[in-house]
Amino acid sequence: MSEKTGDKPLRVRMPIGIDYKWCAGPASTDYLTGLKDGRLFGRRCPVCELVYFPPRNGVCARDGVMLGESVEVGPKGTISTFCIVNVPFLGQTIKLPYVAATIILDGAHLGFSHLIQECEASEVRMGMRVEPVWRDKAEWDYSLENILYFKPSGEPDAPFDDYERHL
Amino acid sequence: MGANRCAVVGVGQTNHTSVRADVSIAGLVREAVDRALEAAGMTLADIDAIVIGKAPDMLEGVMMPELWLTDALAASGKPVFRVHTAGSVGGSTAIVAAQHVMSGVHKRVLTVAFEKQSDGNAMWALSVPTPFGVPVHAGAGGYFSPIIRSYMRRSGAPAHIGAMVAVKDRTNACKNPYAHLHEPDWTLEKALETPMLWDPVRFIETCPSSDGAAALVMVSEDVADTMNVPKAWVHSTAMRSEPTMFAGRNQVSPRAGELCAEDLYRKAGITNPLEEIDVCEVYVPFSWFEPMWLENLGFAPRDHGWRFVEDGVTEMTGKLPFNPSGGVLSTNPIGASGMIRFGEAAMQVMGLAGEHQIDGARKAMGHAYGGGSQFFAMWIVGADKN
Repeated sequence: MSEKTGDKPLRVRMPIGIDYKWCAGPASTDYLTGLKDGRLFGRRCPVCELVYFPPRNGVCARDGVMLGESVEVGPKGTISTFCIVNVPFLGQTIKLPYVAATIILDGAHLGFSHLIQECEASEVRMGMRVEPVWRDKAEWDYSLENILYFKPSGEPDAPFDDYERHL
Repeated sequence: MGANRCAVVGVGQTNHTSVRADVSIAGLVREAVDRALEAAGMTLADIDAIVIGKAPDMLEGVMMPELWLTDALAASGKPVFRVHTAGSVGGSTAIVAAQHVMSGVHKRVLTVAFEKQSDGNAMWALSVPTPFGVPVHAGAGGYFSPIIRSYMRRSGAPAHIGAMVAVKDRTNACKNPYAHLHEPDWTLEKALETPMLWDPVRFIETCPSSDGAAALVMVSEDVADTMNVPKAWVHSTAMRSEPTMFAGRNQVSPRAGELCAEDLYRKAGITNPLEEIDVCEVYVPFSWFEPMWLENLGFAPRDHGWRFVEDGVTEMTGKLPFNPSGGVLSTNPIGASGMIRFGEAAMQVMGLAGEHQIDGARKAMGHAYGGGSQFFAMWIVGADKN
């Protein structure tokens, strides 16, 4: 893949990669351990009482305090906003076009990204209610990828006011 | 500001393009530096300190390039300072350089920012898997498009606004010889026919990938007063940041951006930005960010930014021109893009913007943002000292 054209300087292809270990910390340990059991755990801020899922850093950045009690959320949720991806990119594993949605699980107050399947991309809308589709239990790991994707739950859409503050 | 005055006396940039295969990163950076020094009538020997910035190292895969680049910048024996603030870095690097002067520590400071996107794969670098999520994002477009959808829903903006901004910026870019894209024939109708890449973001509403660098020479007041070159005086600078994710975060109009603009205007003595600022170079990598930043920066009331676009307020002939250079939408060497905004703002008040000069520009804003709309850097420069 290296290029030498005419008298121009040479361009050499040099792939790089990085393997690393990530220390999850207490909040993400709860979250990832829950996922291993097929359960969804967030954490509540003791000041604003909002629930973080995922509880990635273990702190509420609004209030500058450690998150408190572990709270089971979901498994259903609401699509607050989304993108229909039509662009191929390196390392991509999903067939185009696909919907990457921001989902707010029931009982949580923070959106996270996941795939929407089992409906046409054109049918996806803000406020749509969704539920997770899990991999075979034998494949579960400490990962949000235990959920293959979310699919429409068939419930009526959530009103805009319900999720407007999370946009 | 309780600080010494600082003036921009030289602005330089490369002719931005998709692939600069003829030079290494070092050669690219040096090209912008030489142009800035020439404009200032100075040489590298005159420089006391160098401040360098670029977006994440992973974009080209060269770790800590500032160490390698000291040779190209003749920086041996001088202080070299590297700034990291993701996509806003070109702006915050210029601010750190200005602070080197305003603090009184240095009198002649060179600052440079760059990105050689063709040497790496930014989309890959911005889409790496994380241990707490799933890899569904497709680069920056995949990240920002849901936020744009939120803006459209919240403000009731009609769907063609993004294409209007794109046509304006691409048309402006034709007046700027340094811009990457020179595409004179866009119409709103043609723009609306371009495909959706990250629906609701269309092809034309997206910035290109560019190789490029920008550099500024900044000096103290006593040095500036001896120089017979056009000057842009730094009236105020401001930076703010916030986390990418927290419950109740307003991702459409981040609080950090609002606070940064308030601080910027206060320090510059500006009480009515729409009336007092003549021209803005604002970081708009996806066209919908123009109406969003019009609101975030306090120029337009909430949910009304798109009306400014529709009414032509941000056209070159409008009350508040946004990006007469063609902006990030026409040129995006990521790490350099913020410094290009700051430099273009300076060029406007120096009267050096050529065909894209706004007549009578006395006060201009440069703006940059980065990460997940979480790092903000802004400055106001003027033709007058105050």
